[in-house]
Amino acid sequence: MKNIPISAMIGLFFTALYFLMAIFAPLLAPYGMAEIVGDVWEPRSAEHLLGTDNIGRDLLSRMIYGGRTTIFIATAATVLSFVTGSVLGFFAAVAGGWVDQVLSRFVDLIMSIPTLIFALVVLSVMPVTVPVLIVVMGLLDSTRVYRLARAVAVDIEVMDYVEAARLRGEKMKWIIFREILPNALSPLVAEMGLRFIFMVLFVSTLSFLGLGVQPPEADWGGIVKENKDGIVYGIPAALLPAFAIATLAISVNLVADWVLNRTTSLKGGRG
Amino acid sequence: MHPVVKLVSQRLALGLLLLLAASALIFLGTLMLPGDVAQSILGQSATPEALANLREELGLNRPALVRYFDWLFGALQGDLGTALTNGQDIAESIGKRLGNTLFLAFWAAVISVPLAIFLGLLAVRYRDRWPDKLISAVTLASISIPEFLIGYLLIYFVAVQMGWFSSVAMINDSMSLLDKLNAIALPVAVLTLVVLAHMMRMTRAAILNVMQSAYIETAELKGLSTFHVIARHAFPNAIAPIVNVVMLNLAYLVVGVVVIEVVFVYPGMGQYLVDHVAKRDVPVVQACGLIFAAVYILLNMIADIVAILSNPRLRHPK
Amino acid sequence: MSEPLVKVRNLKIGATVYPPGEKPHDIEIVHGVSFDLQPGKVLGLIGESGAGKSTIGLASMAYGRGGVKITGGEVWINGRDVLKSKLRDVRRLRGGEVTYVSQSAAASFNPAKKIMEQVIEAAVEQGKFSKKEAEARARTLFAKLGLPDPDNIGDRYPHQVSGGQLQRCMTALALCPEPDLVVFDEPTTALDVTTQIEVLMAIKEAIRDTGVAALYITHDLAVVAQVSDDIMVLRHGNTVEYGPVDQIINNPQEEYTQALVSVRSIEHDEKAPTPEPVLSVRNITARYKGTKFDVLHNVNVDLHPGQTLAVVGESGSGKSTLARVITGLLPPREGEIEFAGRTLSPDLAGRSREDLRELQMIYQMADVAMNPRQTVGTIIGRPLEFYFGMRGAEKRKRIIELLDEIELGESFIDRYPAELSGGQKQRVCIARALAAKPKMIICDEVTSALDPLVADGILKLLLELQKIENVAYLFITHDLATVRAISDNIAVMYQGKVQRYGGKTEVLSPPFDDYTDLLLSSVPEMRLGWLEEVIANRKMESAGN
Repeated sequence: MKNIPISAMIGLFFTALYFLMAIFAPLLAPYGMAEIVGDVWEPRSAEHLLGTDNIGRDLLSRMIYGGRTTIFIATAATVLSFVTGSVLGFFAAVAGGWVDQVLSRFVDLIMSIPTLIFALVVLSVMPVTVPVLIVVMGLLDSTRVYRLARAVAVDIEVMDYVEAARLRGEKMKWIIFREILPNALSPLVAEMGLRFIFMVLFVSTLSFLGLGVQPPEADWGGIVKENKDGIVYGIPAALLPAFAIATLAISVNLVADWVLNRTTSLKGGRG
Repeated sequence: MHPVVKLVSQRLALGLLLLLAASALIFLGTLMLPGDVAQSILGQSATPEALANLREELGLNRPALVRYFDWLFGALQGDLGTALTNGQDIAESIGKRLGNTLFLAFWAAVISVPLAIFLGLLAVRYRDRWPDKLISAVTLASISIPEFLIGYLLIYFVAVQMGWFSSVAMINDSMSLLDKLNAIALPVAVLTLVVLAHMMRMTRAAILNVMQSAYIETAELKGLSTFHVIARHAFPNAIAPIVNVVMLNLAYLVVGVVVIEVVFVYPGMGQYLVDHVAKRDVPVVQACGLIFAAVYILLNMIADIVAILSNPRLRHPK
Repeated sequence: MSEPLVKVRNLKIGATVYPPGEKPHDIEIVHGVSFDLQPGKVLGLIGESGAGKSTIGLASMAYGRGGVKITGGEVWINGRDVLKSKLRDVRRLRGGEVTYVSQSAAASFNPAKKIMEQVIEAAVEQGKFSKKEAEARARTLFAKLGLPDPDNIGDRYPHQVSGGQLQRCMTALALCPEPDLVVFDEPTTALDVTTQIEVLMAIKEAIRDTGVAALYITHDLAVVAQVSDDIMVLRHGNTVEYGPVDQIINNPQEEYTQALVSVRSIEHDEKAPTPEPVLSVRNITARYKGTKFDVLHNVNVDLHPGQTLAVVGESGSGKSTLARVITGLLPPREGEIEFAGRTLSPDLAGRSREDLRELQMIYQMADVAMNPRQTVGTIIGRPLEFYFGMRGAEKRKRIIELLDEIELGESFIDRYPAELSGGQKQRVCIARALAAKPKMIICDEVTSALDPLVADGILKLLLELQKIENVAYLFITHDLATVRAISDNIAVMYQGKVQRYGGKTEVLSPPFDDYTDLLLSSVPEMRLGWLEEVIANRKMESAGN
């Protein structure tokens, strides 16, 4: 783990910080998530480090719980997107023929509609709950992962070392897990960081539009929405969660960027 | 048939097919998903009779395919049905809002496209020096920042603290063009910032790709001036990738409009769509979804067609 | 002696490298090279990859590719030090006094512009000729270079002419402004051997007729011997030997030069056929899925145990397709393959583990033939495990034996492919094939991606291993020197058919059919005057017809 550039260190530090805050939210938050403890939009004070929100809840506590929701939904959706996308992508690449054709054309179709618009259409008929959000976001995004996984696997498939394994008489299992997967992992892991960022932005955007996490539950996007009216009066409460989203996303991006750079300059696959 | 004509018509046909498939996906998708429009409108406490009546009234009992084709042919003739919530004609409501949205997107494009290409060229010119590094840092930040943060930052600092421009972007027919432009200044600025970084980074990559070709070296070894190398040898080959970049980002801009309209309470398609998703007004959502999808598919199709038209191998077959 | 056209003194060139995980830093890639070139003379720069020869060639135009910088020394052209000239003067030099012909004309022509426009551009831009004069000159050059339809070929786009033709167009582009010096950078390397000789002849005649001086850069000493007056041998950015062509070829002083001159002179006596061939290819006709024409037509060849059958041909001859058919990757439309006394299933899925074990394959690009995520030990060990069920210490012992056989030590067992040189990689691939204890190995262009001396080492190793293991090789190659070095039998392939087939001596002795004659006479020989002989012979033949 030596030779980590400074930017990646910063990224790792803040990413870890946000995740730890999400995990230990109940221990860290000074007040309850939906507890009304003060006046509307109180300024910063010793009791309320970040002030209070539009109905007098402690903003710091709400931010900590909101981060937990945002990170949980984004993580779950990323995992779903990855598992679905990469399994189907590898499957299409190795199976080839009509399986590949059907899957790929279907993905083309889904991708011909902008993701946000598609999500809005689906959410107009589905009840907006956390599991529904995760499934909708995860499945829509899995089309991107599918494309990448398939492209990577197809590239590796035509390599002479895979042909050599086939000529040796190796079974499909060895070819996928020992020849293709170790070589496909790095680009996929780097992509995972980018997908996670996209998920954070996606769920925040939906909540900001009022179509994501429903009150009194909160996520960062939702907190922005709740406090946005304060902005015109010069109250910056809405900027804080937006700022949190941006810093989390930038941190993960710095890490992903480093992973990507490190893996494109492969040296024996170690390091 | 000339291969270019063949490929372009194939791409056009594919675009139409995609649009058709997308319309089916939007319409039938909303039907197949669990959830009941009648229930949504009347709420959980509705009596079974009321629900049945409403379903009958809305034609929900007819086969899905019949309803889809009705809807599709209606849409082709400009009839998008009526909104469930207020009974207004959807096409009429959309008409003016679509105009407003395109007005906003148009000005964002007018500013961001030349700016992005200029900055992209600048990044290439000063490759690996500070202007280039700055651009890549800004790009990294900008893909990580939600659109609404940029929006509220501008509102907070520019509109509220400094008192320039208005925090809401209301426009109507009685305003002069200058008033309208003044009203949309902030949303245009946000949209520009949102697509600018992407577009200039992609432009940079496209130009670098061309500049690293062996034929550019040949041109340099002919003793041509930098201007001639770029104008005669790089430019003709860079048009297609740059147009491609612009189209992809315009498609991205169309989606970004949705959020920005909500931030600035702008009377456009995005705001209209979001409002009616919340009200579960499915016909409106379907109509808006179809229009957004159509614009998106169209822009992607133009990008592909430009690439075909500018490929010398296809234009001058063996 | 008159003032030289080009005078290079103590030229030093540096480059910035970006090793992964380290800070970028500068290294020196050319360490003080000096030479003179008189007007109208040709200097050959020869060396392996990484010798710095192309970099030196471009430096004579004051040009550095990528992160390459000229860090010291002098380059005098026509009495001016171009390294100290202003950019404006350098531009007058480039394309006017000094011009350049690159290895890949296909990439060096702008795809969006017509050939003529590009050929005359420098001449017109530099004010040497008017557009009309330049076009007339270009047409003359097209004719001189033997291009078909010289009056109209300039109206075509680069992708509309063949690779060999485009390379000649590039030569016309370089000669059009009447330069004093042309830098030829591996101009024939990417071409098939029969095309190479045509381009080589055209270049040689054009140099002679126009009286231009040239720097001719190549890795092939036999080629450079045909066109040069002087030769400079380079290695790792240093001059190894520099002198008249006669001295370098016939009386080399340095050990390295001697090795280069004697490369591919391995003596190998043809073995007599055995009664039972290990492989019999019977009436094979094959085509790729979804295509409408056969790439192999009724191919019949035999390979005897412990012997080598060389399958020779140019690109598109079907030689690699034959390998795919034998391995079962491409089931043939007709015909069958007998191997070790049994008939092989046409497709891979139908073959037994024993079939697969006894028929191994070695690839052209060792880089992509090994999984970058596996160590040498895993790569060589897998066949042992897979075919013989070896584990643990037994497997390790056998891997070390194999590593010894390929002349690499035990210390290589934990290395990854990326840590090996090109020759070492190919050796590991050989060990992997040997691990299966095969009766036969298909070698698909296994030396063509390697530098000549390294390739020689691989060929010697293969011959040595053949003696020890009694393994048969089906050796696919486009290089006739390799064929001479290792084969017992030869099959010459042309357009999917076996054109000529038999023992080595028989195939390589007259009377020849037309294609074999063309192929054999096109292979550059390491002696002076060879090209002139071929030119004279071909002129006589065409006059006789």
